Amino acid sequence: MKKIIFGIAFIIFFSFLIVSAINMRQFGEPIFSEMDDYFIENAQSETGANNVVTSIVFDYRGFDTLGEATVLFAAAVGIIALFRRVTK
Amino acid sequence: MKQMSRIVRTVTNLIYGFIIIFGFYVILHGHLTPGGGFQGGAIVASAFALLLISYGALNTEKLLKKDLLSILESGGLTMFIGTAFLGLGITFFYNFLANSGSWFGDAAVIGINPGNMNTGGVIPLMNIAVGLEVLSALGVIVLVMASGAEFTKKKENS
Repeated sequence: MKKIIFGIAFIIFFSFLIVSAINMRQFGEPIFSEMDDYFIENAQSETGANNVVTSIVFDYRGFDTLGEATVLFAAAVGIIALFRRVTK
Repeated sequence: MKQMSRIVRTVTNLIYGFIIIFGFYVILHGHLTPGGGFQGGAIVASAFALLLISYGALNTEKLLKKDLLSILESGGLTMFIGTAFLGLGITFFYNFLANSGSWFGDAAVIGINPGNMNTGGVIPLMNIAVGLEVLSALGVIVLVMASGAEFTKKKENS
């Protein structure tokens, strides 16, 4: 009995996923593209870097990179503290 | 971890310098070619891991000092935040060196161009800082784990 209920619920949920996947926009054609167009037009002249991805990661979205670097630093500090020598 | 066979050690001797050079190339050219600080740092750390598995933890610790890597890690993160604070005249993380004519300040040619190292403003500096931080963080994680495994094995045998 439980298995049948779970199966019906799974089929209903999965059909919702299928319908939304069919109704999705075409691949590579975003609905709102103002920000993408701004980066493609202006990133090279504003930051002077040829690599637009790096200019986004290190300039426009610098806070994100700061968070990533801090997470890595915290992980390294935690592992060093975990593997310290307790006994001689 | 014992050291591996003579074949593995010879190939490691041949190849690990080139891996480190390629990693620093990816870090330094982050504003021109695909890649950047994180990716290049991971490549250099993979060379450290190669040394570690082919020579064993005890031999590698003579070459790579944990304290030096720790200092490099903290220094990289401090340099990154400091570079971000230097642009505080306008905003945090402002690219104050771009198109200024001084260090890394040449204007980039718009469109497809072969690339100029002297462009990008603070982006190359931040790439170097993040690259140093990532390579020393991943390196020190691998080193500490290997030496911890060595210590546990020695303790179990005694």
